[in-house]
Amino acid sequence: MKQYFSEIYTGGKSLVEGLGVTFKALCQPIVTVQYPREEIDITPNYRGHIDLVLDPEKNTFLCISCGMCEKSCPSDCIKVKGKKMEGEKKKTLVLFELDFTKCSLCGTCVEVCPKDALEYSQEYNLAAFSREAFHFDILKRLEERRT
Amino acid sequence: MLESDFQKQNRFFLNMGPQHPSTHGVLLIVLEMSGEYVLDPQPVLGFVHRMHEKMAESRPCGGFMPNTARMDYVCALPYNHGYVSLIERKTGIEVPKRAEYIRVITSELNRVASHLLWLGAYLLDLGAFTPILYGFDDREHILDILEDITGSRLTYCYYRFGGVYQDIDDKFVDATRAFIQRLRKRFVIYEKLVTKNIIFIKRTENIGIVSPDMALRYGMTGPNLRGSGIAYDVRKNEPYSVYPEFDFEVPVGAQGDCLDRYMVRIREMEQSLRIIEQALDRLPEGPVRAKVPKNIKLSPGDCNFAVEAARGELSYYLVGDGTSTPYRLKVRVPSYSNLSCLPELGRGILLPDLVSILGSFDLVIPEMDR
Repeated sequence: MKQYFSEIYTGGKSLVEGLGVTFKALCQPIVTVQYPREEIDITPNYRGHIDLVLDPEKNTFLCISCGMCEKSCPSDCIKVKGKKMEGEKKKTLVLFELDFTKCSLCGTCVEVCPKDALEYSQEYNLAAFSREAFHFDILKRLEERRT
Repeated sequence: MLESDFQKQNRFFLNMGPQHPSTHGVLLIVLEMSGEYVLDPQPVLGFVHRMHEKMAESRPCGGFMPNTARMDYVCALPYNHGYVSLIERKTGIEVPKRAEYIRVITSELNRVASHLLWLGAYLLDLGAFTPILYGFDDREHILDILEDITGSRLTYCYYRFGGVYQDIDDKFVDATRAFIQRLRKRFVIYEKLVTKNIIFIKRTENIGIVSPDMALRYGMTGPNLRGSGIAYDVRKNEPYSVYPEFDFEVPVGAQGDCLDRYMVRIREMEQSLRIIEQALDRLPEGPVRAKVPKNIKLSPGDCNFAVEAARGELSYYLVGDGTSTPYRLKVRVPSYSNLSCLPELGRGILLPDLVSILGSFDLVIPEMDR
């Protein structure tokens, strides 16, 4: 009988203490973000999908279309094609596609690139209705950024 | 439990899962029930099988790195750690000291994040909604800290053969120290809100008692084994990386019930913070990445490496055949063994107690199925 009442007492006390914690939290500043209306700044180190680096001097890509990224990708999601233009010794990049549905963001392509021509994009709000929407034309994205 | 004639004639089967909030993933448990009592719980696996082991056999060993994080997405860095250490042991690559320290710091941070998620999810299973919000608030700080250096928030691919992807900076060190101070204060809140709570104690004390003998029979590891009173921790018993240089304890429980498993995890978080603090104090200078040959060849023969993940002992076993692609890679995951004792443990208990036991095991289903 004595134990019964002492349990009610200690149990009730523990519940009141717990409520005290939540009441304190009620008076503290808000920690959540109302996402679609508010956004948190993303760290510059964030590793999104890859993008071609824009060379500010030449206003073009640094890629030499060697295909190292294509070969090193564990998921086969990169497609690179270079073409020899008339009067030029080296190949020029004509196609750079990324199948983002297969990419697992390991960063091997960026690390293996001999010219450091790849970088990570900062995009994280990626959502679409079709699979094809994630077949990115990276070269086209670069053209859009060009001034 | 005494079964009446009526109940004997009216036994029924109940499918718990694959879409059930307290199976934490796509796990199906077929329960043979008599009224509200469970007679025979049988787990059914295989809903998220993705052939990770087979994928390892079909690509050069470097290409398997992103897969390791997808097995246990809650605590990905120890999975990275085990795999890179395996290849380093196999090929004899020396890792710079600073890189090993960074690995330990980030792995321990990830362990704390995993335990915080478990804390919230477990209490959600038991019917308490508030603690998950508190747990996620703290976990968010760890994710922000790790995002800043690894570039991702959940499925990290941060370690590389012979080091790590990038060096940590002062910002990381300061943020981690601030977080340690913060979490130590938060433990007081957790104790008031959860540990002392009478409803929580009634739901966990003397529920799901795993005896030391039973835990060993099923090959349980991690906090579940330590909850039964056996102080086995890979970090102490089979030290790897720079763990022998740190002073930390291996918390153990008394009798192996759900409350003991809970207490072990809470105390483990405190120990992890101690390890991180010591590592930050003694962080050596130097490079974070050794020179590694471009084409890593795996010599014929086998190799094994075990690490302590958040859920227990994670062991990679590799057989090489002279090429850069593994001939065979076997991953021994802790959750699979931890779940195996459920049919024996869950016989004759109430259904709500089964939910409590499942939650206390801290299961991650994609890790079991791989």
